[in-house]
Amino acid sequence: MTATDTTDTTLRTVTLNVNGQTLHQQVEPRTLLAYALRDAGLKGTHVGCDTSSCGCCVVLLDGDTPAKSCTMFAVQAEGHQITTVEGLGGPGNLHPLQQAFWDQHGLQCGYCTPGMLMTAKAMLEHNPDPTDQEVREFLSGNLCRCTGYNNIVKAVQQAARVMRDEAQAQALAGMVPGTDPSTGTAGGGAQ
Amino acid sequence: MSIETDATNNAGPQTLTMGKGMKRKEDPRFLTGNGNYVDDMRLPGMLYMAIVHSPYPHANIKGIDKAAALAVPGVKAVITGEDLVAASLAWLPTFHGFDKQMVLAVGKVLFQHQEVAAVFAETREAARDAAELVDVDYEPLDPVISPFDSMKDEVILRDDREDKTNHIYHWDSGDRDGTQAALDDSEVVVTERIYAPRCHPAPLEPCGCVAQFDAMGRLHFWVTSQAPHVYRTAISLVTGIPEDKIRVISPDIGGGFGNKVPVYPGYVCAIVGALILKTPVKWIETRTENLTTTGFARDYHMDVTIGAKKDGTVTALKVKTVADHGAFDAAADPSKYPAGMFGVVTGSYQFPVAFAELDAYFTNKAPGGVAYRCSFRVTEASYAIERGMDILAQKLTMDPAELRRKNFVRKDQFPYDSALGFTYDSGDYEGTMDKALNQIGYAELRREQAEKRARGEYMGIGISTFTEVVGAGPSKHFDILGIKMFDSAEIRIHPTGTGIIRTGTKSQGQGHETTWAQIVAEELGLDPQNLLVEEGDTDTAPYGLGTYASRSTPVAGAALALAARRVREKARKVAAHLLEAAAEDIEWVDHKFQVMGAPSRSVTMKEVAFAAYTNPGEGNEPGLEASLYYDPPNMTFPHGAYIAVVDVDAETGEVKVRRFLAIDDCGTVINPMIVEGQVHGGLTEGFAIAFMQEIPYDEQGNNMAPNFMEYLIPTSVEAPVWETGSTVTPSPHHPIGAKGVGESPNVGSPAAFVNAVMDALAPLGVTHIDMPLTREKVWRAIRDAQAAAASD
Repeated sequence: MTATDTTDTTLRTVTLNVNGQTLHQQVEPRTLLAYALRDAGLKGTHVGCDTSSCGCCVVLLDGDTPAKSCTMFAVQAEGHQITTVEGLGGPGNLHPLQQAFWDQHGLQCGYCTPGMLMTAKAMLEHNPDPTDQEVREFLSGNLCRCTGYNNIVKAVQQAARVMRDEAQAQALAGMVPGTDPSTGTAGGGAQ
Repeated sequence: MSIETDATNNAGPQTLTMGKGMKRKEDPRFLTGNGNYVDDMRLPGMLYMAIVHSPYPHANIKGIDKAAALAVPGVKAVITGEDLVAASLAWLPTFHGFDKQMVLAVGKVLFQHQEVAAVFAETREAARDAAELVDVDYEPLDPVISPFDSMKDEVILRDDREDKTNHIYHWDSGDRDGTQAALDDSEVVVTERIYAPRCHPAPLEPCGCVAQFDAMGRLHFWVTSQAPHVYRTAISLVTGIPEDKIRVISPDIGGGFGNKVPVYPGYVCAIVGALILKTPVKWIETRTENLTTTGFARDYHMDVTIGAKKDGTVTALKVKTVADHGAFDAAADPSKYPAGMFGVVTGSYQFPVAFAELDAYFTNKAPGGVAYRCSFRVTEASYAIERGMDILAQKLTMDPAELRRKNFVRKDQFPYDSALGFTYDSGDYEGTMDKALNQIGYAELRREQAEKRARGEYMGIGISTFTEVVGAGPSKHFDILGIKMFDSAEIRIHPTGTGIIRTGTKSQGQGHETTWAQIVAEELGLDPQNLLVEEGDTDTAPYGLGTYASRSTPVAGAALALAARRVREKARKVAAHLLEAAAEDIEWVDHKFQVMGAPSRSVTMKEVAFAAYTNPGEGNEPGLEASLYYDPPNMTFPHGAYIAVVDVDAETGEVKVRRFLAIDDCGTVINPMIVEGQVHGGLTEGFAIAFMQEIPYDEQGNNMAPNFMEYLIPTSVEAPVWETGSTVTPSPHHPIGAKGVGESPNVGSPAAFVNAVMDALAPLGVTHIDMPLTREKVWRAIRDAQAAAASD
């Protein structure tokens, strides 16, 4: 028999900062972050393998660290800023990565897509201008069974270009006094 | 180009949307975390189910003690096989029709990880804790792991069956005596035992379900199913619940590849749990459960013999197969085709005579035999013949491309009756191969190879010119559980010229929400963005057999095109009313109705749609909709020419795929972006099968690849860069000429990879290595060949 009787199943409340919002979740100490997020209604984070192999569950910790949320307890995530795919962009305001995956047919069944997007986001935070090989190496902890990865690499490169251009536009706009650097437009009248 | 011209309607510059790489309509929801998969279902009071699995591959069950499990807080019930016997729910019919399968073990277990008990609890953690505490008293028995042992019938594995033998069935096709006589007369004969290893489709979303009985006793069943309508019928047959009291919903499916065709024991247990506990039950399998209990694929041991003249003209083909079906015959093949479409094993070649036979056996391994990204055993058949042709080429010291060219069914021979009874619809094998040879620079590659060989380097070029048979199927031949393998479509056009499309199929990533809208948009001159596609809900979608075996486009796609034409005929009458002309004087030109000979007098479908609800005209039926059930007259036969270029490191056995070119001919292309995506994905799975994936069992019957640490899925680092192209030979019998493509790359590519490696090792005299071609296997083959050469 397993040592189930020694397992602490007492529920406790964890406070998680997810996509800029504070969540209070009742969890067991052994509750995995992936399930805590999903139980909170953030169903974009998927579970695919139970062995930390597939990466369908990747979320970002503190903006730029990809973490397999099936390999982390919810209680360990307290104090971190967590970003899930829901925090990347919604249907009306797609992030350049989401737009690029759409443009380049970088998804089919969609199950791996949230994890793939979050890992790609982390990579571009660290390396805004990767080679194809660097993209492949960074994404190697995320399995995809449908696409064969070729279009995912193209999508990440498209997003990298767009994000570099946006960063440059923002930097240039920031040189002019009175311009809102966050939108790159004068007076904040973004359209 | 008029879209009236049925099969010749290839995408031209004037099409609205056909042949265009329209971005997928379903993607925004997947990209933003708004997909709706089975595990996303949450219902009030929902319980979680966990399954107890056998650690033994073969054992008697002496007793099961539930007490410790029931004592876990939150546990509501534990059910066993004996409980199900009492409720007459212990056995499940297999789609194949030759056997039945235990839902939970009754009396004995027959494979490692077999389902033994199901636990229902308030949380998934409590359910799993309790599953660990179900105390099963096993009396281990010796397992029988190889079908070559099982066929001796020294131990009868299935004492529940009338026939006291491990032999399940014999199948054969073709001319046994004629083939043997032709082989005896052949100038050259090659023969090889070729194993298609047991592997698993392993979609990233595991299988799962949620079962709920509503207050009126109606079952609502959300499930990862590629065939929701067949599930509804099967559930009704198993449980006795009237079919109208069952609603099956397949929501978004995270990949299927054949894994989500059979009905699994866990589904029955979840329904039983929801029934007895009067509250919804969710069951989502673990990855280990997925790999160890649900439908595996292949496990065919094929003795392939080809006869030929010295000039390379083939004279006969004989294939004798021993099939390992595991503990239950749960293969998902049409009833009359126990070996699936294996009869396509004559491939793209003119065999004057052929004979294929197969014997299937029980072993103490997981049940299955699903069509893993192929149309029922087509991958096995294609691999056998494409490997066999290369072995013949090696024996004749003939270029493998020239050997194929010499034997291809010629373009002018279609429709072609193969030696094993299929009527191939259309094809251009030589044209497609020539395109591939030119595009990859074949002659230059052979020159490079000769130079490298002279330097002792191992470079290989592998060709596979496969033919598939897909689109099951014509009702006179094809059924599952007796249900004919038609498919269906329903189209409703709303007053404002938008509409809803429903089919009996179910996308698992294939992009039906986009391609189905494209087909209807093209036929009706409407905007595909405003045609909603809905599949998977048996309450709303018309009955169909589902999505597998590349059948969606050949069958449901045809139903859609023809249903759209019915809508158009209905609209023509309304258009005649609006244009004040006789219906027979109205023609459909450039996606609108016009009066014959008076192009200035025309109306659009959008205008007609509004009139259909507001001013249909006297005697015309109001509304604008149609439904249609399509019984295909024949299968479709996609084909392709694939070329792999590899470099083998003789020191380590490592194989590098330097280039891979796939030229596919799937007939008319609806959406080239989606076709290319399907090809990329299928090639990557073919690559995995060739080099990485296997579910092996050790001698004690242990499943040695029960998770993704052992069952290897290629990552972005291993996956090659794919080069693709196409030729277009429309199917003459399909309304838009389409043939289906999703499985071609998985069917055609394994042989190309293996042929390339064998071509690289040909100077060492190596003729065949069974997949997966791991570094260890390749290294051992090189070492053995070098040792043999040194001792000569």
